[in-house]
This record gives sequence, C-alpha cells and structure tokens, in this order.
Amino acid sequence: MTTNDIVKPENLVYAKTPVLSDAVMHYCPGCSHGVVHKLVAEVIEDLQIQEQTIGIAPVGCAVFAYNYLEIDWQEAAHGRAPALATAVKRLHPHKYVFTYQGDGDLAAIGTAETIHACNRGENIVIIFINNGIYGMTGGQMAPTTLEGMKASTCPSGRNHERDGFPLKMSDLLALLPGTCYVTRQSVHTPGNVRKAKKAITQAFNNQKAQKGTSVVEIVSSCNSGWKMSPVQANKWMEEHMFQQYPLGDLKNI
Amino acid sequence: MAKVRGAIVVDSAVCKGCALCVEACPAQVIQLSVELNAKGMNYAAMALPDACTGCANCAMVCPDSCITVYRVKI
Repeated sequence: MTTNDIVKPENLVYAKTPVLSDAVMHYCPGCSHGVVHKLVAEVIEDLQIQEQTIGIAPVGCAVFAYNYLEIDWQEAAHGRAPALATAVKRLHPHKYVFTYQGDGDLAAIGTAETIHACNRGENIVIIFINNGIYGMTGGQMAPTTLEGMKASTCPSGRNHERDGFPLKMSDLLALLPGTCYVTRQSVHTPGNVRKAKKAITQAFNNQKAQKGTSVVEIVSSCNSGWKMSPVQANKWMEEHMFQQYPLGDLKNI
Repeated sequence: MAKVRGAIVVDSAVCKGCALCVEACPAQVIQLSVELNAKGMNYAAMALPDACTGCANCAMVCPDSCITVYRVKI
C-alpha cells in the first residue's frame, strides 16, 4: 500500500481546524504559541462557539493573534486584557470571552488587572503563556524568569537578592475566591497537548456554567529567547521550568 | 488486532523545520528534508513511510498546523 492509497478524504484523521485562518504564523520555528493557538481554535470548533467567541489579544509575541483565529477580537493595551475582557463580557454576557496573554503582559504590567479581574470572579477565560522571559522585545528578564536563568537584562543569571524571586502567578490566582479553575499545563509532548486541550475545554465550559474566572497557564518554551533549538528548549523546559512551575490543577471547583 | 497504516501530508511551504514532529514521532517516520522551502527551511517529510501508523502525534505538536494525517485499517 503506497502513501497515495492512504491519502484519501475518507481516511482523514487529523487536519487543521477551519477556525484557524490560512495566514502563516509569524512565530519563530517551534514556538509554543502556535500549538496553543491551534488548541484554542480546536476547542472553539468542538464546542461550536465560533460565532459567539470574542478573544482579547495582548501585547507581546501574540499581538497578531487576531490574524490567526477566525473569531471576533479586541486588541488590548499592554497588560489590560482582563480589564477589556471584563467590559466585553459585561456588555455581551452570552458571548464566550477569553484573553490570551504572555507572562510579560499578565504577570508584569498587567498584574493589577489580572488579580482584580480574578478577584471579582469575572466570568472569563484567561490563557496565560509563561515562557519566563519577554520574548518579543529580545529576551529580557520577566517576573517569571527562573533564578539563575540568563536573560538579556541579567546576562549572569537572575539573582534573587538583586532581582527578586520568580512570580508564581497561577498560585496567587488560585488563592482568590473569584477563580473556579486554575491549572498549569504544557504543550511540549503529544500527551501534554491533549491534556492542555482538555483544560482549555473545561475552562470554556466553566464560562458557560457561569462559575467564575478560569485560568489556564501553559508553561512554554521560547527557543529564540533562550538561544536553543526548539527540541533543546523543550528539554530545558522539562528540566528547569517544571521545577519552579509544576504541572497540574491548582484549583478546580 | 487490526493493523493500521498511516500517512502524513506536510504543507512544505508553511513548515518552518522546527523538528518537534521528528521528536514526537514514536516510529521515527519523519526526518527533515535535505531540500529547502521558499523560507529557506528544511521542511519535515516522511523518511520511513511504511512505519507510519497515523497516530497524529506529529500533527498535535506542530506549531504551524501544517501536518494532515490519514489512517487506514488493513
């Protein structure tokens, strides 16, 4: 049996979801953003909510997310995505509203907006991509940078006496009464991709059930910023990032 | 148990040659090609097509959604 005998429409088992646009993503080769975009698109397709979903695009590498998913979008100022999501959700309570933010956006300039939106229990989904640095602007140290991890603004590695400790945002958010679901996932292996998709599905279902804020943190790699190959970056993430940011549900009520 | 055969089709113009699919494939079916695409990247391609089971692991981890997977029972 040749490849041509197998490649027929009736044998199709996996194809790109139509919720993703045909635009070629601008992300670096091997970037986790592409996988998470795909998962969000697949969840939207599975739940059949493409017409009812409004995404809030961040500032950071994912600033062009609105080019890649065929849904309605709003572009937020840096860090303000949860505040904008609050407004959109309150004006359109029957729509599905999610923010898509990186760690420089959510855990640095947008800390206040994130914490207060979660504390109010806004009925939104927050997708949080944590790669430990500011990827778009050249790999500067972020609040989430690991101790000892090198970045362009801490070339000898992060030192907690000078730079403070890595900020575990999801752990903080899990303490707030407004959040119903806080989980930390990754997308570096097929198994983890499936788990992350389950988590995003649950987050959107929580919004339908009006349970409160759902936060899905995805521990991601930034191979360009970390100056590694995509495969090396995933290995480094397993060895170092998961110690500081262990995977699993932090809160699920 | 029914035997399965699979095949993948890579959109070689979109592939950025990150090699995450090469790593994810449990049967070492995929290798980066020697040829370059218009981006100047060595794109992913099936090197051992007979070993593919159509598990779709490669497509799951592909950040650019450029892999389509087919599977047939034989």
